[in-house]
Amino acid sequence: MRFSPTPEQQQLGDMVQRFFAEQYRFDARRKILDSREGWSRETWSKLAELGLLSLQVPEEQGGMAPAVVETLLTATATGTAMLLEPWVSSAIIGTVLIRELGSAKEREEMLVPMAAGDRIAVPAHFEPAARYDLHRVATSARRGGGGWVLKGRKSVVLHAPAADLLLVSARTSGAADEATGISVFAVPREGPGVALSQYRTLDGMCAADVELADAPGTLIGADGTAFAALATAFDQGLAVRCAEAVGALQATLDATVEYTKTRQQFGVPIARFQALQHRMADMLIHVEQARSMSYLAAMRASEPSRRERRRALAAAKVVVGNACRYVGQEAVQLHGGMGVTDEIAVSHLFRRLTALEMALGDTAHHLEQFVAASAQAEGT
Amino acid sequence: MDLNFTGEELAFRDEVRAFMDTNIPPETRRKVLEGVEVSRDDTLGWHQTLHRHGWGGPNWPKEFGGTGWDPVRQYIFEEESAAAGAPRLLPFGLKMVGPVIMRFGNAAQQKRFLPRILSGEDWWAQGYSEPGAGSDLASLKTRAERKDDHYVVNGQKTWITLAQHANWIFCLVRTDPAVKKQAGISFLLIDMKARGVTVRPITLLDGSHEVNEVWFEDVEVPVENLVGDENGGWTYAKFLLGHERTNIAGVGASKRELARLKRIASEERKDGKPLLTDPGFATRVAQVEVELMALEITNLRVLAAEAERRAPGPEASLLKIKGTEIQQAISELMMHAVGPRALSLRRGALAATYLNLRKTSIYGGSNEIQKNIIAQTILGL
Repeated sequence: MRFSPTPEQQQLGDMVQRFFAEQYRFDARRKILDSREGWSRETWSKLAELGLLSLQVPEEQGGMAPAVVETLLTATATGTAMLLEPWVSSAIIGTVLIRELGSAKEREEMLVPMAAGDRIAVPAHFEPAARYDLHRVATSARRGGGGWVLKGRKSVVLHAPAADLLLVSARTSGAADEATGISVFAVPREGPGVALSQYRTLDGMCAADVELADAPGTLIGADGTAFAALATAFDQGLAVRCAEAVGALQATLDATVEYTKTRQQFGVPIARFQALQHRMADMLIHVEQARSMSYLAAMRASEPSRRERRRALAAAKVVVGNACRYVGQEAVQLHGGMGVTDEIAVSHLFRRLTALEMALGDTAHHLEQFVAASAQAEGT
Repeated sequence: MDLNFTGEELAFRDEVRAFMDTNIPPETRRKVLEGVEVSRDDTLGWHQTLHRHGWGGPNWPKEFGGTGWDPVRQYIFEEESAAAGAPRLLPFGLKMVGPVIMRFGNAAQQKRFLPRILSGEDWWAQGYSEPGAGSDLASLKTRAERKDDHYVVNGQKTWITLAQHANWIFCLVRTDPAVKKQAGISFLLIDMKARGVTVRPITLLDGSHEVNEVWFEDVEVPVENLVGDENGGWTYAKFLLGHERTNIAGVGASKRELARLKRIASEERKDGKPLLTDPGFATRVAQVEVELMALEITNLRVLAAEAERRAPGPEASLLKIKGTEIQQAISELMMHAVGPRALSLRRGALAATYLNLRKTSIYGGSNEIQKNIIAQTILGL
């Protein structure tokens, strides 16, 4: 049992933290947030230079996978920074999906430019009526025009407006709620039959609902067997979201402690009041419990048994989700009126934490998942 | 970074597990697993069994006859003990006064007292709280006045766990009433058989006799029973309070009790089906279980940090709060699991455990005091 990273891992973690602390401060991020695109290609290139886009790329394609600890440390730092760029969408979930599905040739063709920062590919999987169900896919693909054409709707595709390629899940056989018969296709965002309705999410990320009307796509890997890869990719995404949340949680707690120490009322800093002190102590307990579970999630994300993996990840997301909700809401409350303005970091952190609680399954969803996985494990 | 035990740690775990399997008396094990109060002889017998095996001091260094285990091994030992249904080793000698004597006692005190703690010959009690000194411990009034080669002690201590079995008690006493309250306290070892010591039982809400009042009337205590410096007791007291860390979270016992909760909820029926498959109840159990999973890792993180810097940290407060919340939540769910039968207060009944465990968020520094410590020490508020 060991909790400290190796010196090399620590070095990478420190470098990433330093990078964000120097180049992604609140004001710099705000400029990006207020820009038309809502993300920065310049930042993206720097992430590529730092090697952060190749953490999940296999060694054969020049990457670092599995890079469990490096991914954990980077994700925590991106959480503190509230990174707007499609790191999780493209460099984690998109990359893992291609890595798990693609042939050697497909991996080479897609992952190498992605790692270099030259191409962005994000998953377009969840659908309007599916909530968080991974296997519920109604979008269909049929052969036509010498290849495949896709028809259907995908909702809240994070970073779709930033992507060159959408990695679209579509059914090539089976009913809408079956795990078998799902395939994944690479669809150019600007290709024919692809319509994006763009918006920002509540935490400022660029996103879109995607309408596919006979959009041509290129099948990645084999036909009808993509579910396991989707599960692996989104599970890895879940672990990364947990680590991201921990970074944001710590930043939120730090901001609240700092604010209550400086804000004066009744002639004293409000941090002197025990009613507030105890709430911040409770926030700290939530943050530390969430941190512990982010470790568990990182270590178990690539566990081969899906049931074991689900159980650990669901447990992690429940603890992290509860923390996101508690710490976010309390931070706003303790900031008083300032907490509900757009001006200071805490309201941005609160929005980020709110989105993270819902990302890839909210707390209620994962409690159900945990119960189901535990019941399977215990045979009840 | 690796959350798994090493091969050596796993081998150690197997060794402990095998020992537990063959050495815990079946009747004692049954009591622990069914939540029935264990007797003095159960506790003492188990301590002596461990001592004969060289494991009498699982958290003690080798130089004082302990096992010399690192924090992870201590944790494995605690966890396996709890899972197997071993009675809890009493902390008062092993985890409280023992470490204080090792750190602040003189050579004569170490030679006299430590071997007797290790062997179980002495049963120690903790004399800290008083009727007027609970969370505000430093305001304690029990007075010790120096007369030649002894102190004369007068006052009253309360909430003394199992004092009815104890032959020694370590006490915080006031030796200088004229100075700031923390600066006039001393740490004294008192023979319970000394003239003027009276033990009066306090009956708790579950009907148990677990704690007592201890009265001191002109009790003469030899000066050689003073630990460390006169008026230095507050430092030793704080050291002691921060030292009971390895098992403060009670993760092993909570895992055992959670398994018991699931067993009970699988046997109980609701609409003819196991209660554990009822989504509402299952969700409540799951919420506690994920918290416990997180606490286990938090606990191991604290132990690992402690092993690296070899000093107590304020994180113990976090473990205490979360650990006791979980213990209480499990006992509450167990009580609710059996429905109306929970109203029975038979021996080992679930309601008794629920009632009894309310103490956990109050003792050892109430959870509110722990939050003060977190706010001041970790957050710097």
